[in-house]
Amino acid sequence: MPTHTFKLNGKQVSVETEGNVRLLWVLRDLLGVTGPKYGCALEVCKSCTSHINGKAFNPCSVQVKDIEPADEITTIEGLPATVGKDLHPMQQAWLDNDVSQCGYCQPGQIMAAVAKVKQAHAEGHEITDADLDELRNICRCGTYSRIREAIKAGAKEM
Amino acid sequence: MAEHRRSPDESTTEPADERGRPGRRRVLGYLLAAPTLAVGVSWIAGSADPRAADAAVPSLPQPEEIFDLGDLQNLAAAPTSGLISVQLATDGTAFFAVPRAEVGQGMTTAIAMIVAEELDLPMDKVTVGLADARPELLMNQLTGGSNSMRSMYVPVRTAAAIARQRLVETAGAQWGVSAGKLTTRGGVVRGPGGRTATYGSLTRAAASSQTITVSAELKPRSQFTVLGRPHNRIDAVDIVTGAKTFAMDLQIPNAKPTMVARPPTINGTVVSVGNLAAVRAMPGITDVVAITHGVAIRGETFGQCIDAIQRVEATWGPGTVDDESDATVLAKLRAAQLPMAVPPLLSNTIDAEFVFAFASNSPLEPDCAIADVRPDSAEIWSCLKVPIVAQEDIAKQLGLPIDAVKVHVTQGGGSFGRHLFHDVAAEAAEISQKMGKPVKLSWSRTDNFRQGRTHPMCTSRVRVNYLAGNVLSYEQRHTSVQTDFGHGLGEMITATAADLPVAGNLSFAETIFELTQSSPYNFGVTTQLLNEIPLKFNTGSMRNIYSPNVVCAEELMVDRLAAKMGQDPVRFRRNFLKDQRLLAALNKAAEVGQWGRTMPKGMAQGVAVHAEYRAAVATLVEIDCRPETVNRPIRDGVSGPRVTKALIVVDPGFCINPRGLEAQMIGGLQDAVALALTSSLHIKNGMPLEGSWDNYFYTRQWNTPPDVQVVIMPNTSEHPGGAGELAVAPAFAAIACAYARATGKMPTYFPINHGTLGFEPLPLEPSTPQSPTDGLDHTF
Repeated sequence: MPTHTFKLNGKQVSVETEGNVRLLWVLRDLLGVTGPKYGCALEVCKSCTSHINGKAFNPCSVQVKDIEPADEITTIEGLPATVGKDLHPMQQAWLDNDVSQCGYCQPGQIMAAVAKVKQAHAEGHEITDADLDELRNICRCGTYSRIREAIKAGAKEM
Repeated sequence: MAEHRRSPDESTTEPADERGRPGRRRVLGYLLAAPTLAVGVSWIAGSADPRAADAAVPSLPQPEEIFDLGDLQNLAAAPTSGLISVQLATDGTAFFAVPRAEVGQGMTTAIAMIVAEELDLPMDKVTVGLADARPELLMNQLTGGSNSMRSMYVPVRTAAAIARQRLVETAGAQWGVSAGKLTTRGGVVRGPGGRTATYGSLTRAAASSQTITVSAELKPRSQFTVLGRPHNRIDAVDIVTGAKTFAMDLQIPNAKPTMVARPPTINGTVVSVGNLAAVRAMPGITDVVAITHGVAIRGETFGQCIDAIQRVEATWGPGTVDDESDATVLAKLRAAQLPMAVPPLLSNTIDAEFVFAFASNSPLEPDCAIADVRPDSAEIWSCLKVPIVAQEDIAKQLGLPIDAVKVHVTQGGGSFGRHLFHDVAAEAAEISQKMGKPVKLSWSRTDNFRQGRTHPMCTSRVRVNYLAGNVLSYEQRHTSVQTDFGHGLGEMITATAADLPVAGNLSFAETIFELTQSSPYNFGVTTQLLNEIPLKFNTGSMRNIYSPNVVCAEELMVDRLAAKMGQDPVRFRRNFLKDQRLLAALNKAAEVGQWGRTMPKGMAQGVAVHAEYRAAVATLVEIDCRPETVNRPIRDGVSGPRVTKALIVVDPGFCINPRGLEAQMIGGLQDAVALALTSSLHIKNGMPLEGSWDNYFYTRQWNTPPDVQVVIMPNTSEHPGGAGELAVAPAFAAIACAYARATGKMPTYFPINHGTLGFEPLPLEPSTPQSPTDGLDHTF
């Protein structure tokens, strides 16, 4: 079996598996990193949303052979370290707004929110309702209103 | 309807005790024989016998008004011998294993608040766990019917209050000071002269060597410092850091990922598999076996199980509803509608029929269970709302005694009714037994939509007769594909049948319908009846069961009646509501929501009310049905009308946690947006066409109301009502009413976009589609 190597939450990791295995299963089943959740493996529900080189993506839809050794994968577990704190401002905003209900989607929601805010800031504007409408992450508990409030609050601290 | 209710939840006075003090807050429990302080309480300690309710019942109200589903659950719990217990550890923390499931509703947080309040302990020193299946609790380990807080409020307070009292008595004995001179705060007992002792230092001495009965007094509401104040979820940090553990996240030795290749019709079976050896030889695959409803595949990763599903060559046997599609089911429902009793009054009659499509109760977490079945024992981990029934059924299925099967309840990633059943746990047990190895079984997303439980298609016919400003009769005939209640509520009804205020010979479903439905209006002769057709779809309760459909139909008719009588919808409801709590909520909603404000053409307000679970809600929404909104482009999703503003006014009885209550109202609203406008299953030739969240259009960010407000009314009771399901029905109805007013056309088929299939269906075989590989093309 081929060996694959990449940076995961700041550390270089290696894993042996077939090249077509989607990264989500490499993370969850082989490396035991369970923050990214399985919700569909169809790149639809977005509950596995993580970052590759700082951008949001869905590891359920990327083959491990397509990840390069220098690629930096960040899951929810590694998000605080990207700002050198115990919690990323977006995680803190989630706590302040008591966003979560069951919590299954929330790691993906937070990772998507951070990327969305960065995208808006890179384009030179604050996060807008139209930006928020573009987020595709499902929350079946229906916490959408608090997610929107938390993203706006978290964005101010980013 | 509140004024008619005489359930124990509503009682505010009870007889004085022998000393003439109010007996209401004096409660009984047990000091348990244990190394550290442990207090046990019988499940409904402190509640009066619900059967005493009947004497004061007026004859006119419908059953739900005097005795609802939650009362049934309380009554069923009465003979329970099992105790629930609060334990104090030497580190000063209190532990309570709640015999319920946590699926996002915030129950564990509310329980922790109750313990903290009565024990005078900081919240961070209270730990709430989920109890394993406890057969001795009989039917009292069922999470459903929004009953958890209603049934546990007094017992948990009782246990904590007795524990606090025992700690005080222990400190008093050690110091030679009477207990009356001691106080408690922050997990510390304080005495004269500045003496202090932490709970942790007292818990061994406070423990009892034998189980004895003790009594204590509950804290009066005026002294509450925790209950009634907003508190964030106790698992919030674990959630936002990815540490909260769901079934699929558990690391059980050798429980490898497992999935199932399934037949192309609901409940189809396996006739033969042509290439078992070839599938077994695929990379990462360890085991492949045929099971009742498919071919089970175990491997190193779920991804490799999905790969293997693509390759299975099987001959499938028929399912249970192969010839059914939306149109055939609807025809059968119409043929089964019960007749109206009151003849039409010529020009003063309104007749209408409303149709509600199949809906999915699937949460975001796909059904998942771990099973480790050995020759003489089994261990199961899954999110189960009725773990006792799961334990019994799985033991029977495996041929093991009940006590050889251990069932652990895991945290659930949502439920919405799905986890009332243990389908996935039973299937995991079957697979583990056949493979002789532990398995971590996950249904795929597509399995969840196509083979999982559904809220069945139903119709509601309504006839109203009115004359000279009065409504003479209101008749509603609800007809549904049968809802499966085979998860414990049925046993509860059998055990308590003689005590229920409904006529005999009703089916389980009819009994539950009668215990949950009632009209809040003075509409003369009022009947609401259920009939079912016995089609073998996989069904079950979905959040709020019948109410979203029944109430939507009723409130649309109320708006029609108002229009016929030339009255504004709010004014009409004010005139006809018999429930004072609903009236107060309605008035508050009209005021805060600026009822009657001018809206552009194509936009409108809608209002609706609903009382259930000993709570009351009024909802006021605004909807935008203008073409530029309806037709706004959304990639792989549906747009349609948008609810732009939603106000929910809730009277919860006694509010335990405003923050949690508000969350449940918001969640119920989002469900309502989906049920009214976008989400349904399309049945074709025995199978739902929906296979992903881009097919089943649950509310997304682009559908959610940008402006949501929840107003909590002042407490109207000593006791909490149920909140988890409460908002769905009134919000659904308000959205439907707003849509009718905005478009000038009363909708009669829900969701309103059901007639248009907004997606290309995934193939029926393979049953789980292969995952995409282009994820890196969509980064942002």
